[in-house]
Formats: sequence, C-alpha cells, structure tokens
Amino acid sequence: MDSDIHDITLTVNGTTYNGRVESRLLLSDFLRHDLKLAGTHVGCEHGVCGACTVLLDGEPVRSCLMLAVQANTHAISTIEGLTSPGGDYHPLQQAMHDHHGLQCGYCTPGILMTMTAFLDENASPSEEEVREALSGNLCRCTGYQNIVDAVMTAAARMRS
Amino acid sequence: MKPAPFRYIAATSLAHALALKSEYGDEAKFLAGGQSLMPTMNFRLARPTVLIDINGIDELSAIHLSDTGPTRIGAVTRYRALERDAGIARIFPLIREALPEIAHPQIRNRGTIGGNLSHADPASEMPAVSVALQARLRLQSATQERWVAASDFFLGSLTTDLQFDEMLTEIELPPPNPRSGSCFMEIARRRGDFAIVGVAAMVTLDDNTQCTDVRLVFCGVGEMPVDSGEAASLLIGQIVTDDAICAVAASAQQMIDPGGSVHATADYQRHIAGVMAERALTTANRRARDGQ
Repeated sequence: MDSDIHDITLTVNGTTYNGRVESRLLLSDFLRHDLKLAGTHVGCEHGVCGACTVLLDGEPVRSCLMLAVQANTHAISTIEGLTSPGGDYHPLQQAMHDHHGLQCGYCTPGILMTMTAFLDENASPSEEEVREALSGNLCRCTGYQNIVDAVMTAAARMRS
Repeated sequence: MKPAPFRYIAATSLAHALALKSEYGDEAKFLAGGQSLMPTMNFRLARPTVLIDINGIDELSAIHLSDTGPTRIGAVTRYRALERDAGIARIFPLIREALPEIAHPQIRNRGTIGGNLSHADPASEMPAVSVALQARLRLQSATQERWVAASDFFLGSLTTDLQFDEMLTEIELPPPNPRSGSCFMEIARRRGDFAIVGVAAMVTLDDNTQCTDVRLVFCGVGEMPVDSGEAASLLIGQIVTDDAICAVAASAQQMIDPGGSVHATADYQRHIAGVMAERALTTANRRARDGQ
C-alpha cells in the first residue's frame, strides 16, 4: 500500500507545530522522532504501562493509542512543558525529588503528566484517591509508596 | 509494535462515515476512542486497510437525559463524560458504580461507550450493564437503521450483531423503576485490570417491599455477558430474604460456565461469582428498600 500522508497542525506545550505524517504514525512516535521531544517515554505500546501519558486538551491520555493525525488542531502537553519558563520545577517534580519518588525514571514522565492533571482537578486528595489516580501508571522500581508520598506533599504545598 | 499501513479518513458527518463503511465494508474499521482497536493494530492482530475516524462527529457524543422516558447516549460519548454527568449518576447509579472499574483514568478519557459495546470484550463491564439496564442499541447503515436489544446484540467473544455496513450510533436506556436499587462489583487482579468476575444486579420492589423485578448479569465468566435473570427470578413475588438470595447465587453458580484463565481457574471464577451475586443482590435489595 502507498503511504497515506496527512498534513497536521497542532500545539505542543503552547508552541505550534506543522507536521507531515503517515497515517499509521503514533502520536508518541511523532512527539519523540519528529518533534524530538523524547521526554515522553514508550513502554508497552498497548495502553497498559502509562509511560507515554500526555495531556490532550488538558486530559491525560495514552499517546501510544492515538495517531499523530488525530492530534490535528488539538493542544498537547508533555513533560517538557512542566517546568516553568524560568526553569523552576513544578511542585510535583520537586516533591518527587524530595521523596525519592523515582529510581530509573522511565515511568516518571507519564506519572508526572497523569498526577499534575489529577492535582489540578483535586487539590485535596486522600491517599486512596491518589493511588486510584496512579493505577494506570506502572513503576517497577519504587513500589509506589514514595510516589504517593510525593503527590500528597505536592498537593499540600500547592494548597499553601 | 506499530500498525500496518492503512488509509485514514476523518469522517465529517454520520452520513459520510456510513457511506464510507458501506463502500469499504469489512476492510474498514470505525475509530472511536481507540482504546481497544489501537492496541490490536499496534500488535497487528487487526490490519484494517481503512480507518474511518468518527471522533469529529459531534452528533454522536450527545447525552439526552430523561427521568421519565428513555435516556439516549451517543455512541462516541466518552466514559469520562459519563462519569462527570450528574444526571447519569442520579438516574443510573448502576452506571456510576461500574464506571470506575473500567480500566484507568487515562483510558476513560478516550474510551467511548459505543466503541466498548461494539468491541464486545467478554470481560468488559458495559456490555453486562447494558444488558442489566435492558438497553436498546441503534444500528445505522447508509440506507437503513434498526434497534436491537442489548441482550440480542452480543453473539460471542468480540462478536456482535453489527453487519459490515453498520455502526452502533446510540444507546437507549429505559428509566429505572423508582423503587429499584442496583449494585455493580468486580474482582480483578489489580485495579483497572480485566475482570475475573464482574456482576451487575438490580432489584425492584413494590410498596410492600415485595420484589417485582430482578436483574443479574455477569461479565468475565463467558463468551459474552451472562444473563442469570432466570436464576434470579426466584426472588420475584416475595420479600427478599438472605436465604432466597443464597439460593439464587447457588443456582447462578451452576448455570454459568466460566473458561478460567492464567489469573483464575474456572472453579475459582464460579466460586467468586456466587459470592459476588450474593453480595450484589443483597446490596441492591437494601438500596431499593431504603430508597438509595
């Protein structure tokens, strides 16, 4: 079959990009290979591990289960946009650092994108709610406790 | 781990999408939330030559609520939209209780009710819920439309009554009886995993708290939603007692034929199904009695 090519325009972290993509190109691969935004990690490529989570119009989604062409006209946020323009960490990034919430770091971008969106929606979560929100992101290093602690700390800091 | 080549067409209207499906038939797949289709394409278990993207068709994502008449839900309504809809939660507490069991938040942000029902995974929650709620499904093609009861729609594992040129466009739910209570519960290895057993129960009572209607539908224990309404009908016409519920659960246990998997043997599934039927019916009956 001849390549099926589409022109797309989308914003990533507020910057507008134009792309020419084959229809079968996954959004995760478009971000990593075409835009060179390799902070979005690719784990299982079937929607289970959560490493590739990005925000689509503000909502966390699996970028490995979306086609790049489907992101046309939409706004994507990735881990590269989480720090402030001045380079300061997001409160959750700082809390992950403080609580040793990551070891190898492979799952961390997906967790940060999932949990920052969660904290925007729920400023005072219970630990159980944090665990539920975190359930779609696999981490093989930490055992999750330090990540949960980091999210609770970030929530408290963001409230004060 | 990447999809095989295909032609992508973003449908601009329902008529456009149906005309494309009529033209390409089984070669084409509708792309709704993509949370089941994309994994199978990434693994190349599915290799459609044409993908018809229906995400841009606004008329397919409307929710029309009614307390007294049928509620209609567009097929491309995302789980998250249902979760956030206070009216859905009020009129259909069974749906409200089932939604958090469906995969993870990121999946629910994209996954759609119509895509889920059309995919017809035997472990999936919504097919069982739709049967329990006696939903009617609107199937449209370029030239005609028909309505099918949810109980007739599922024909087997990943198999439905949808024809090559049809799309499930709308789910219609009759209003629950005011004196009814429901309960959904599920056992999975981890939160969000496929159900080892899930159960949807609904009990309706009259003014004397006698049972007038009961539904009991399992997911995860057969090739499709398993309706154990016949076993549960023992409760009809009486005041529901613990003993009667135990008898129903025992009877339902005997009627199901779970396949077993790496996570649970068939015997374990059967055992759990009985325990959960008992708990779900007890809870549904209490909620009906207490008006919750």
